[in-house]
Amino acid sequence: MSLGFIMLCHTAFDRAAQVARHWAGQGCPVVIHVDRRVGAAAYARFAERLADLDNVKFGPRFACEWGTWGIVAATQAAAELMLASFPQVRHVYLASGSCLPLRPVAELKHYLEARPTTDFIESVTTEDVIWTVGGLNEERFTLRFPFSWKKQRRLFDRYVKLQRRVGFRRRIPAGLVPHLGSQWWCLTRQTLSAILADPRRAEFDRYFRRVWIPDESYFQTMARRYSRAIESRSLTLSKFDFQGKPHIFYDDHLQLLRRSDCFVARKIWPQADKLYRNFLAVDGGAMAQAEPNPGKIDRLFAKAVERRTRGRPGLYMQSRFPRENWENGRTAAPYSVFEGFAELFENFDGWLGKAIGSRVHGHLFAPDRVAFAGGERQFNGALPDSAALRDYNPRAFLTNLIWNARGERQCFQFGPQDNQALGWFMALDPNAQISVVTGAWAVPLFRANLDFAEIRKTAAQLQKIEAGHLEILRSPWLKARVRIWTLAEFVGAPMEHLQAIVDEASPRSLRRLTEAPKMVDLTGFGRFLQNLKNQGMQPHLVGDFPVGEDPQLSPAQRGKPYLVK
Amino acid sequence: MSVWGSYRLRLARKRLRFRAFRKRRELTAIANRAERIRRGDLLLFSTLRNERIRLPYFLQYYREMGIQHFLIVDNGSDDGSREYLEAQPDVSLWLARASYKRARFGVDWLNWLQWRYAHGHWCLTVDPDEFFVYPFCDTRPLRALTDWLDVCAIHSFGAMLLDMYPKGPLEAQPYREGQDPIEIACWFDSGNYMIARNPQYGNLWIQGGPRARVFFPDAPAQAPALNKIPLVKWHRHYAYASSTHMLLPRSLNRTYDEWGGEKASGCLLHAKFLHMFAAKAGEELDRRQHYGASKEYLAYDAGLKRSGPQASLDLWCAWSEKYINWRQLEILGLMSKGNWA
Repeated sequence: MSLGFIMLCHTAFDRAAQVARHWAGQGCPVVIHVDRRVGAAAYARFAERLADLDNVKFGPRFACEWGTWGIVAATQAAAELMLASFPQVRHVYLASGSCLPLRPVAELKHYLEARPTTDFIESVTTEDVIWTVGGLNEERFTLRFPFSWKKQRRLFDRYVKLQRRVGFRRRIPAGLVPHLGSQWWCLTRQTLSAILADPRRAEFDRYFRRVWIPDESYFQTMARRYSRAIESRSLTLSKFDFQGKPHIFYDDHLQLLRRSDCFVARKIWPQADKLYRNFLAVDGGAMAQAEPNPGKIDRLFAKAVERRTRGRPGLYMQSRFPRENWENGRTAAPYSVFEGFAELFENFDGWLGKAIGSRVHGHLFAPDRVAFAGGERQFNGALPDSAALRDYNPRAFLTNLIWNARGERQCFQFGPQDNQALGWFMALDPNAQISVVTGAWAVPLFRANLDFAEIRKTAAQLQKIEAGHLEILRSPWLKARVRIWTLAEFVGAPMEHLQAIVDEASPRSLRRLTEAPKMVDLTGFGRFLQNLKNQGMQPHLVGDFPVGEDPQLSPAQRGKPYLVK
Repeated sequence: MSVWGSYRLRLARKRLRFRAFRKRRELTAIANRAERIRRGDLLLFSTLRNERIRLPYFLQYYREMGIQHFLIVDNGSDDGSREYLEAQPDVSLWLARASYKRARFGVDWLNWLQWRYAHGHWCLTVDPDEFFVYPFCDTRPLRALTDWLDVCAIHSFGAMLLDMYPKGPLEAQPYREGQDPIEIACWFDSGNYMIARNPQYGNLWIQGGPRARVFFPDAPAQAPALNKIPLVKWHRHYAYASSTHMLLPRSLNRTYDEWGGEKASGCLLHAKFLHMFAAKAGEELDRRQHYGASKEYLAYDAGLKRSGPQASLDLWCAWSEKYINWRQLEILGLMSKGNWA
């Protein structure tokens, strides 16, 4: 009882010869198909290298362009040759020239002997297929494909579209249920010979000749007609990337391949000397009985595909620069923006840092310099504090900041005196938590030692900027989590509001705030606002402060820390 | 892009090639061993001037990577670089005494040599102080990368310039010939790069790093560009447009993904900041042959003067990152494996 290999080769003949010799040397007949497009000299050299082996035969040659019938024709011819020349063969294994056996042939033989009537062929109905290139699965069987997908892509796509529009459909021959699956199979003599000797084979071949990528559907469909026991998986480890191109194995995959317990892997980089040396070494060691377990390799390649298609959220770099709204995460992690708090409370950064247990920045977008936590000149990632560099590309500044400090929540102050370039960016970022006390810009003005005319002018400017900013924050497209209070509202019950903000900023440490930040002295603030009004400026964002009456509401004004029980 | 726009770029490309064709006369072959280039060989192109001390390690690094032939233009070295290169069996050397600046910083010369010798080859264009790092470069030769790119039908591969610097003054650790410069200049800035898209050529424009941080904190627009596309499967119709920052046709500049994914990319470790730097900056300042009226060197000079009378420059800061390997760069998000696994 024996196992025979069919090898489809078109390049890297040295390696193919090495593998063929390995199999043939262990009593497995090999039938080799060489692409007709390979030159005569190269073919002759290849045949020469294997001339000394009597159980290696070369099948008739067909031109094998990707996705066309040639590959199936080549396989059929090679299979016929195999079945006719080697009557002892029970299982036929279809492999390519860039396949590499990972386990001793004896183990594979043993495995197949224990399953003498099983056909290992991945065979999935068209409804359940998700991996197909170009999104064509059922249509592979019902449309016509006269143009090359690789060389005439535009014509290919247009012709498909045209057929869809006019509602063209090929008739699928009666008795066929289209199935798709990996090209690499291992079939029993019974099934394979039944497929090749099918009385309607001429009709089926004629039909499949015009199906797109028939090598992934011909045997997969036909096996369903004859097989007694289909095990719908391939014994060949072969992973495809998102464009349908096979992943390639290199020397550094040695351990991974070894632990996968798969029998054969494809495709191997021809110059992966270490892999070929290790896996082609014949050792008479103990027979392993393990089932193939490619889980780890599956995960590795799944991750690679995800990196290529989704990328790392919030990362902007030389080979990932998404268009707006395609970022899959504008920023890398959640962050908090505080507007008006630093104006209302003394040493708010220090207090908040203590409350949530991390560094808190000042006004990162201040006009003079970037106020990093602790007054640092640089921050993670060597981000400098130069305002000019920041304003040159504010978005890069913010995304860099969040990316560089992954794992530590970033909190910073923001206000109408700062660079407003990122208003929309933050508003549309689900990672942003923005808390605003509107009108708080009036507090520093109230305490400033300036001419009143100047104060009035600045107040009007700041209010205008803040009103614009609030308009953004109230837009229907808003994605950030936003809380807005007027100054009057906030001063009324500061601890309640602060608790909610802090809980959100540090979700892990849900503890009650015990210490209130110290509010600045607002004695006379109501009068100050009235003066602004008297000068013709309406500070409407501040909220309703009773004229002439000082806010008596916050206990923080007693100068003692406020304790919440 | 409009038909008119792409037609203009086509004209621009023809102009670049015509320039290269004209400038071929400025090149004198010193040692032309190009007949030894075999089909599919990996080629390296470089222009240099007075880099003798760097050359042994430079050649060693790229030979080990798998470069099979070096094509180098010497812009009038007088420190023995020429004699050294002439004696190397895998180097073809041309001498150009003409103006570096008027050859658009050597690009015209290299475009000509590439036109002539690089058609159908993968070619790497780097300066002698740039060390190419790509995903898996510690276990896979460059050929593995180019084979994979061929399979994926990708013709160009991006590698951002990553400025490396030592800790402490540049003069403190003198570089010895043959030494790996990254042993000394082993620090870099990991996260202060600014990116914008160039709508006309379709490439990214990257600025930042220690040079922007230290020399251009007040004039960011003048900070040097760090985006590079050094590895290209050359076709004789291609042309580098400005240094190796961008090429034409512009599809080659699409080394980045716009829909959220990551394409594979590498880095060029830029070992410019060694003890030779001060002398070199002074010399280049006198020659005035560098980009943007040598603004960069002027800023360095100012930076050198600012940091003390002993002209010692320290680019290191507390957040500098120490270089370990490519995996570190990939984790930091400076380069990516893409879907190469």
